[in-house]
Amino acid sequence: MAKKKRKGVKPSHSRTGNFFNMFLLVAMGLFMVVPLVLSVSNSLKPLEELFVFPPRLFVRNPTLKNFHDVFVLMSESWVPFSRYIFNTVLITLVGTVGHLIIASLCAYALAKRKFPGRNLIFGTVVTALMFSGQVTAIPNYLIMSRIGWLDSYLALIVPAIAKPMGLFLMKQFMEQLPDSLLEAARIDGSGEFGTFMRIAMPQVKPAWLTLIIFSFQDLWNMQGGNFIYSENLKTLPYALSQIAAGGISRAGATAAVTVIMMVVPITIFIISQSSIVETMASSGIKE
Amino acid sequence: MKQKLSSMLWADVKHRLVMTGKQMKREKISYLFVAPFCVLFILFYLVPVITSICLSFTYYNVLETPRFVGWQNYINLFFADDVFPTAVKNTFLFAVVTGPIGYFAALLIAWMINEIKNRFLRAFMTLVFYAPTISGQAYFIWKFIFSSDSYGMANGWLMKLGITYSPILWFEDAKYIQPILIVVVLWMSMGTGFLSFIAGLQNVDRSLYEAGYMDGIKNRFQELWYITLPSMKPQLMFGAVMTITSSFAIHDQLAALAGFPSVDYAAHTVVSHLVDYGTIRFEMGYASAIATLLFMVMILCNKLVQKILRKVGN
Repeated sequence: MAKKKRKGVKPSHSRTGNFFNMFLLVAMGLFMVVPLVLSVSNSLKPLEELFVFPPRLFVRNPTLKNFHDVFVLMSESWVPFSRYIFNTVLITLVGTVGHLIIASLCAYALAKRKFPGRNLIFGTVVTALMFSGQVTAIPNYLIMSRIGWLDSYLALIVPAIAKPMGLFLMKQFMEQLPDSLLEAARIDGSGEFGTFMRIAMPQVKPAWLTLIIFSFQDLWNMQGGNFIYSENLKTLPYALSQIAAGGISRAGATAAVTVIMMVVPITIFIISQSSIVETMASSGIKE
Repeated sequence: MKQKLSSMLWADVKHRLVMTGKQMKREKISYLFVAPFCVLFILFYLVPVITSICLSFTYYNVLETPRFVGWQNYINLFFADDVFPTAVKNTFLFAVVTGPIGYFAALLIAWMINEIKNRFLRAFMTLVFYAPTISGQAYFIWKFIFSSDSYGMANGWLMKLGITYSPILWFEDAKYIQPILIVVVLWMSMGTGFLSFIAGLQNVDRSLYEAGYMDGIKNRFQELWYITLPSMKPQLMFGAVMTITSSFAIHDQLAALAGFPSVDYAAHTVVSHLVDYGTIRFEMGYASAIATLLFMVMILCNKLVQKILRKVGN
């Protein structure tokens, strides 16, 4: 019997190969997902289930008591738990919006205008991708103390606004904008800022979402470290690390905060995934 | 003759300077666009790097003005500091093990995901592998999995199965700390580079594959090597930069799980050493020397790996 040609199947792909591919992916996927499932499951476990032998992966009698405990536990400290949430949300929102605006402005000029110095600026930014924040942490502390920003939101927000990664991604994505589109707007008498706002920005929406999720991730997980010492300005990740430091007796509460912390970025990622993938396609470093 | 040449050269330079000046004036608006970012970038990225290099040649405890000490910090770091060699060794262990494994795993998994035909399944799998990286401090759960009592997952099951009879003190025993932390770091290694690979794979020109089949490409491995990888070189480059930078910066997860300082300094990396001197002992000059070394190593490693990657497929 002649083998019927399956439509849309690549000749390089055998069925057995496809099966093994999926099998291996699921096996590795389980390694990635089980710890996260365990976090969620632990956060719903009543105390007696957290301390059973042998330990169980899934919860039997789910309860929201751990989440309730987090708020009660923290309401007895100087600062209510909602204050940590407020701080983190505020820092994240202001920092992300600021980063999006300022990085896009710069990316637009670098990608679409020819002016002396643009290669120098972009080259420096690419080099900055190659070292991490720890390298600059100490001088940053000294600079913050000199300009009096220590112990204020500004110390966390402002450096995040100029993250090189966001500028890099936005510039690479904007390069794809057709020049004729921008030229047409200029001929119609649109100023450069108008062209940027009305023509360029609406075209690069996928890149916005990518910048938002990366900036969001950084700021959302910001502990504040030595930059913030007033308790009422401290962030949610800081509160989480304090609760986790309580050790095994706080296992339920730790899991609850972990879940609160991870739900938000995962949700945003799910919503914006296709846009992010579209942007990352232009992320390559060309020679 | 010589004089004439130099005067011609001078005229040329002068002409170019004037042209550039004119162009700059015409492009005033461009500078307005880049100004806000550049000011912040210079203030919080460039100035700190330069400050760090300068401070590394001084003794500075924040209270007194910095005092120039020449190469003393570097000399102490290499010859007088008992912990620094351990920190370097651990950093290289983590970077060399988790860096390349993480990088190739990310590439392999991105490729395997791309082989799935169903669009939704593909998106779901991407989420599964990327989730540990974006879940913030979800790594705290490993503290529960490897907790030192019989209620922790690892101990509980080892005891239930009769492999051990008493709970193992995972994070109190130097010989367990490093393998566990390597697993945790690998668990979190599907980062920005992974997303870049996913995107790169989806955007390989379809017609290249068609041409490949004509030329006799038979299986998916040949397809990967001869068509896919060469056409996503820029993404491979970007992924390498992200991986190198983050593997030398490992510290937070380690400190949260193994404690800071950890037992026998088993989880002490160069960044841990930097945090120790910079934020606990306030020896800013010494800490700056560590930061400067870290900066140099990160840049050098990146340049080196880029050079190697450029050769791939040529």
